[in-house]
Amino acid sequence: MNSSAKPASNLKYAASHEWARLDADGTITIGITDHAQEALGDIVFLELPAVGRVVKAGEECAVVESVKAASDIYSPVSGEVVDINQAAADAPESVNADAYATWLFRIKPATADQCATEMAGLLGADAYAATL
Amino acid sequence: MPLRTPLYDSHLAAGAKMVDFSGWEMPIHYGSQIEEHHAVRRDAGMFDVSHMCALDLAGPDARAYLRHLLANDVAKLVTPGKALYSCMLNRAGGVIDDLIVYYFSPEHYRVVVNAGTTDKDVAWMRAQLSGVDGGFNATVMVRRKGSEDAVTLIALQGPNAHERRSTGVDAVAMIAVQGPHARERFWTAFPDSRAATEKLENFQAAEFASTQGNWLVARTGYTGEDGFEITVPAEAAAEVWQALLAAGVKPCGLGARDTLRLEAGMNLYGQDMDESISPYEAGLKWTVDLKDPARDFIGKSALIGDSARHLHNEFAGLLLLDRGVLRAHQKVITPLGSGETTSGSFSPTLNQSIALARLPVGVAIGSEVEVEIRDKLLKARVVKPTFVRNGKPLI
Repeated sequence: MNSSAKPASNLKYAASHEWARLDADGTITIGITDHAQEALGDIVFLELPAVGRVVKAGEECAVVESVKAASDIYSPVSGEVVDINQAAADAPESVNADAYATWLFRIKPATADQCATEMAGLLGADAYAATL
Repeated sequence: MPLRTPLYDSHLAAGAKMVDFSGWEMPIHYGSQIEEHHAVRRDAGMFDVSHMCALDLAGPDARAYLRHLLANDVAKLVTPGKALYSCMLNRAGGVIDDLIVYYFSPEHYRVVVNAGTTDKDVAWMRAQLSGVDGGFNATVMVRRKGSEDAVTLIALQGPNAHERRSTGVDAVAMIAVQGPHARERFWTAFPDSRAATEKLENFQAAEFASTQGNWLVARTGYTGEDGFEITVPAEAAAEVWQALLAAGVKPCGLGARDTLRLEAGMNLYGQDMDESISPYEAGLKWTVDLKDPARDFIGKSALIGDSARHLHNEFAGLLLLDRGVLRAHQKVITPLGSGETTSGSFSPTLNQSIALARLPVGVAIGSEVEVEIRDKLLKARVVKPTFVRNGKPLI
C-alpha cells in the first residue's frame, strides 16, 4: 500500500499499535502503525485530543474511525498534549497513505525521567514486527 | 472449518482480504472498500453472493404454500421469471428472514435466503409444509454445494474414468453484477445472453442456456443500482467470474456491499431486524400484503393486532450533521423519547456519516435529533431512509 509499510527503526511501538518518536525538543510524536491502518481499512474520521489535555501512559485519548469500525488510540507516554495534526484530521485518508509520516498528536512529557522509563517499556521495530 | 464458495480461489487470485461471515470465508475487500463502493455507483462491480442460499420449492401446492408462508403475496407473480421481495414471519409477526422469491410456474418457485439464516429457514419452511389442513404437497430443495439435496460429482478411477453424478439438484453459485454499466459489461462478457436478458424489467429473471449450463439472470440487487444477479452451475462460477473481470467489472467485497445497501436504505437481516422486530418497525410495511382478506399468512394476526410494537417505533434514516461516524446501537435522543441506530457507517457517496434507526413514532422527517457517540451528543437530521439511488444523492 505504501513505501514505509515496515516498522521504522527510529520509532518505538506499543502492543496496541501506536508508534512514538522522541524529538530533539523533548516532545513525543505519536501515530498509528501501518499494520493498524491496514487492519482498519479506509480511514474516514480522526477524533484527536484537546490541546492542553493531560494524559497518562495507556490512557485512551484519540479515536480513529474507518468505514468498517472505530478504534481507540492510547497514549504510549504520560504528559500534556501540546499539538495535534489538524491536516490529518482534515484528510484522514493520509493515515492510510503513509501511517509513519502521518502523526496524530504530540505529548510534552511531565518529567524526562518518567518519559525515558515509559519509552524504554515500548517495543523496538523488530520486537513489534514479531507480534504481528 | 469455515465454509467456502465455489469462487474462493478467484477471490484469493484477485487479492481479497478474507473474513468470517456467518461461518463463510468471504472477501471483505480487495484493497479499498471505498473504491469498490464508487465502482458500483459509477461503473460496474461484482459480488460473490454464493453464501446466500438458493432453494427450489416445487409441487402441486407450491403456490398455496408460499401464500401461507410469506407476508407478501406470491399471487401477484403471474409472468414466469417475475420476482418478489418478502419477509418470512413467525407467529408473533417477527421477521425470521427476508428473501426474494422467483416465480417459474404455480408449481415451481425459487427462493433465495440469507447465509446466516439458511439452516433455521429450511427447518422452518419444511416444518410449515405440514402446517394446516393436512399440509401442502410440495418439497424444499437446497441448491448449495455440499447440501444433502445437491448432486455431487464422483470421479471414478481407472482406464475408462468418467464422472458419475449422484441424484439430486445441481448446486449453484450466485454473482451480483451491479452498477450503471453492469448490464452492458455483462453482455460484453456474454454476448449470447443479450437477447434473452435485455428486455428484463426490474425484479424479473430469465433463464439462459449458456455453453456452461443453464443460468438464471435476474434484474435484482442490493445496492440501489441497476444490474443483474446471476445464478450459474457451481462448476461454471470461476469461469464466469473471470469473463466478467475481463469485461472490466471490479470485484467488490462485503464491506462495499454494506455501505451500498446502507445508502440505498435497505435492511440487513440480523443487523436492522430480527425475530423480535416486525416488518412494520423495519420500514417494510409495503411488503406486507393484506389485500386478500381470505389469505391467512403466518404472523398476520399478530401484525394486525392492537398490541403490535409498530405502534411505538418507526424506521428512519439519520444524516450526521456534526463530524464523526454513526454506528449501530447508538442512542438517539428525540423530543418524543429515545430511539436507537440499527446500522451506521460513513457514506462514500455523500462523504458524510449516515445511519438507519428506529425512532419513536411521530418524529418528523427533517427534524434534528441528537446521537450519543462515546461521551458526546452529536447533531443529526432525520431523513427518509433512501439516501442514494442510481448514483444520485436523494437528500
